[in-house]
Order: sequence, then structure tokens, then C-alpha cells
Amino acid sequence: MEKKICAGLYTQKVLETFKNPHNYGKIKNADGIGKVGNIVCGDVMWLYIKVSKKNGKEIIKDIKFETFGCVAAISTSSIITDLVKGKTIEDALKTTKDNVIESLGGLPKIKYHCSVLAVDALVEAIHDYFFKNGKSIPENLAKRHKLIQKAKDIIEEKYKKWAK
Amino acid sequence: MKKIYLDYASTAPVDRRVIKAMSSFLGENFGNTMSLHYFGQESKIALEQSRNTVSAFINAQPNEIIFTGSATESNNTVLKGIAFANKEKGNHIIISSIEHPCINESAKWLEKQGFKITQIGVDRYGMVNATDIRNAITDKTVLVSVMHVSNEIGTIQPIGEIGAICRERGIYFHTDASQSFGKIPIDVKKMKIDLLTASSHKVYGPKGAGLLFVREGIKMDPLLHGGGQENGKRSSTVNIPAIVGFAKAVEICKKEMRSENARLAKLQKKLIKNLLKVKNSGLNGHPGERIANNVNLWFAFTEGESLVMQLDMYGIACSTGSACSSMTLEPSHVLIATGLRPEQAHGSLRISMGRWTKEKEIDYLLKILPKIIKRIREISPFKEEAFV
Repeated sequence: MEKKICAGLYTQKVLETFKNPHNYGKIKNADGIGKVGNIVCGDVMWLYIKVSKKNGKEIIKDIKFETFGCVAAISTSSIITDLVKGKTIEDALKTTKDNVIESLGGLPKIKYHCSVLAVDALVEAIHDYFFKNGKSIPENLAKRHKLIQKAKDIIEEKYKKWAK
Repeated sequence: MKKIYLDYASTAPVDRRVIKAMSSFLGENFGNTMSLHYFGQESKIALEQSRNTVSAFINAQPNEIIFTGSATESNNTVLKGIAFANKEKGNHIIISSIEHPCINESAKWLEKQGFKITQIGVDRYGMVNATDIRNAITDKTVLVSVMHVSNEIGTIQPIGEIGAICRERGIYFHTDASQSFGKIPIDVKKMKIDLLTASSHKVYGPKGAGLLFVREGIKMDPLLHGGGQENGKRSSTVNIPAIVGFAKAVEICKKEMRSENARLAKLQKKLIKNLLKVKNSGLNGHPGERIANNVNLWFAFTEGESLVMQLDMYGIACSTGSACSSMTLEPSHVLIATGLRPEQAHGSLRISMGRWTKEKEIDYLLKILPKIIKRIREISPFKEEAFV
């Protein structure tokens, strides 16, 4: 990763993405929706996916996001849609937070959690698609889904007092 | 693109008249105030003239003014210096819940050293109730510190009332006047202030100069030990250019404060009135007891950092108390203290005006900001209509 990034300062790519985010909005009749984040912490990300078959494989035909959050949250939302649009579900699930960070030319360390949030939203959207369609859920995906839900519960518990 | 600066509460440019006053002290008049020779004497004279100017401005005696390097240094000196010098009298300090981090962190540090700290809460306008201070005082209390004006929400605290209570009980009263000094009148005698902090760069002086008023006879240990400058209260070679600049800045404020305040109050009114027309918005801070240069609003379901960065793209510089913009990812303790809900605190925006703020700049902001809010809400999963 480039070294020129310092905390609190965004790369040009982050700012451009924030200024002109791709694929924002809702998908009506989405095949899967991933909802992550918490209003109390300040970042909420919703990812919608539309799945179709190509050469016998399921691909993410369309993807859109709705995000409430900071510059980093909006940029990571946009970049993850770019990263996985048109990919097979199998390949999309290989996307990591580092892919997101690298695609943005870096993020301040304190904002790394936004890249995690984007990947989590994708995992949740795909999990939702499998679940809704009664498909068997790959073991690894089930595990990731469980972890995301667990983290969500912890955060909700932590901010319960403040949110009431 | 034309840049519009609306972050004066953060820092301000140095006034040209100040730069002019400073310039010879960066060049030919470079002497050390402690030197006996001509060069030293020239600097010493400039230092004492500066002291006269700033002391008269707050109705203090010249020997009651200590020049420091910053308001942060002044505040650290007060808390630590008073706590340690008055240990035999007590170990209890009272502060408000909306102080600047340099007070909060100093208090936290003192707590680790065994001192007791009480934080007094505020009402929904960010106002401290003087009676709460009275009730919190114990026979171990040595210091009460309440800021004069909030740097975030602009609320003016009842400093005179708190001062009177402390004086009556024989407890030192300190106020951090970083946001009020040079903007509204301060009289340390009338307001019964024992210690006061102010900063140069907030009043169009240079950075690197602050002051601490310490009423005569008060026991306070120094933070910096050394050559004994500033009457032994603050060792360091005296930063003459900055102090001369600070004093010049004060001189200008003294002349222009009243008319400037009236001018800014008009712009403030216009901003607040028009921005409250945005759906799901509200004013942070007090509607009446408020410094004229500060506007702070929340716009529900927007995020402050996004607001600031979008505004920046239009050339407008503001700031936010949103969690996402802070190094800790915690929302502003001041906004939380006033009881804002999370979705409100996240979308807070501080607009702070100053000497060069023009009405047409305010009009431009009023044109741009509602558009930005609309767009941020568009991208968000929380739709505006859901909260009407």
C-alpha cells in the first residue's frame, strides 16, 4: 500500500468516488438485500443485488447501494459495487477489505472499518439471496453471516442506552 | 473556485495590521527579554507594553497576565498548577461536561494522580446552571472551571453568577474564554473571575500565543520550570513577535468588537432562520444566549463529515461534531451532553463566521447547503419522508 496516506486525509480516488458515487439507489424486487451497520455509530449500508445465470453460473447482474455515513462509507459502498458487478457469486465472495482499500488508493487506518462494512454488506446480500431462494448455503458463507450478526448484536448492546 | 471560510471558531487568518506590528520583531528587534543589553531592553519594553494592552482589555493588572504558548497550555497550567499548589486546602475540582478536551484531559490526568473531579451537566441548550455548581462545592473544592462560550455550540455561560458563588465560598474560579475573548466584553473584576484563558489566533493574531490571567495572590504552580520568565509562572524564551501580534489583535478587537458583533448577529439570524427551513433540522446551543459568530445545526439523517466534504467541494469550509470526523469515532461530547439523539448528533454542522465573512458568502451557503443535504439523504437508506 502507498505510504502517502495519513490519518484523516483521503486519497484523490476516495474523494472522486464520494463526489460521484456509482450505483446508488434501490433495486426494486432485489434478489438479495444486505443491511449492515448501526445508526448510532453513524454508518448504515444497504446493498441490493440482482442475480442471473450466465454460462450456467450465477452472476451478480446488478448491484446498488444506499448508505448513510461518512466519506469513507459512501466511497467503499460505491467501490464494492464496481468490484463485483458482473462477477460470479463465487468470485464476488472472494472480495476482501484489502481489495476495497486498494481500489480506493488507500484509506486512513481509522476508516478501515468502512471497508469491512462494505464487504459485510455484500456477504449479507448474497446470504439473503441464498436464504430467500431456499438454496443450500455454503459453509463458509454461513459462518461469515453468523459472525456479522454477532458483531451487530454486540454493537446494538453497546449503544442501547444512548439509542433509547 | 472562490473559497469561503466559515470555520473561524477553529482558527482565523492574521489581520494585516497585526502582521505589520509584528514584522520588526521577526527581524531587527530579535532580542531576548532576559538580556541586559539594548536588544534585550527593546524586547522587554515591547513585552510589557503588550501586557498593558491585554490586561486593560479585561480590567486586570499587568502583573496578573502571563503569556503562554496557547490556550491549551493556559488551561493545562491552571488545572494542574492550582491542583498541586493547593493540595493542603483540598483535592476537589469542578468542571462542566462541555469543556474543551484540554480541560477534560487535564482533569482526567489529575484524577489518575488522586484528585477528585466533578463534571456538571448542561441543559438542552448547553447551559450550565449556576445552582448546580453551588450544590457540587464541598469543603475540599479548590477550583471551578467553566468555559465562557462553547467552541462547538456557542452558548454563553452565566460566568458572572458562577464567579459570585465561587468568590463567596473562597474557591478559585477559572474560565476558558478562548471563544469569547475579543468578541464580547470581559471584566474579570465584575465577573469575579480568578483565572482566565484566552488565545491569540482566534482573534486574528498569530498562532503560538495565549494568555493566562491569574488574579494577584493566587497560589499556582508553573507547568514549565526553567529560566523564570513570566514572573516564574511560565519559563521559556518569550515569543515576542507572537505576543506583540496578540496585543495588536486585542487593540483592534477593542475598537471594532461592538460593531463587528452587531454585523455578525444579523448574518447569524439570517443563517439560522433559513437553515431551519430544511426538514428535520434543529438548532444546537442556545437561541438567545449565544455568541454572534456561531451557528450550529443538526440535519437528521445526514452525516457531518459528508456534509463538510460536500461543502468543501463547493469551496465552503465548515466543521462538524460528527463521530466520523473525529479521531476516536465518538460523537461530540458536547452534543451528547445536550441530549441530542444519535441520528441528530451525526448530522451536526458548525458554521462559524468572522471578520471577513460577507453576506453574499452566507447567501451562497444558503443556496448550496439544502441541495447537499437533499443529495446525502438521497443516497441514504433513510428517506426523508419517513421522518416528517
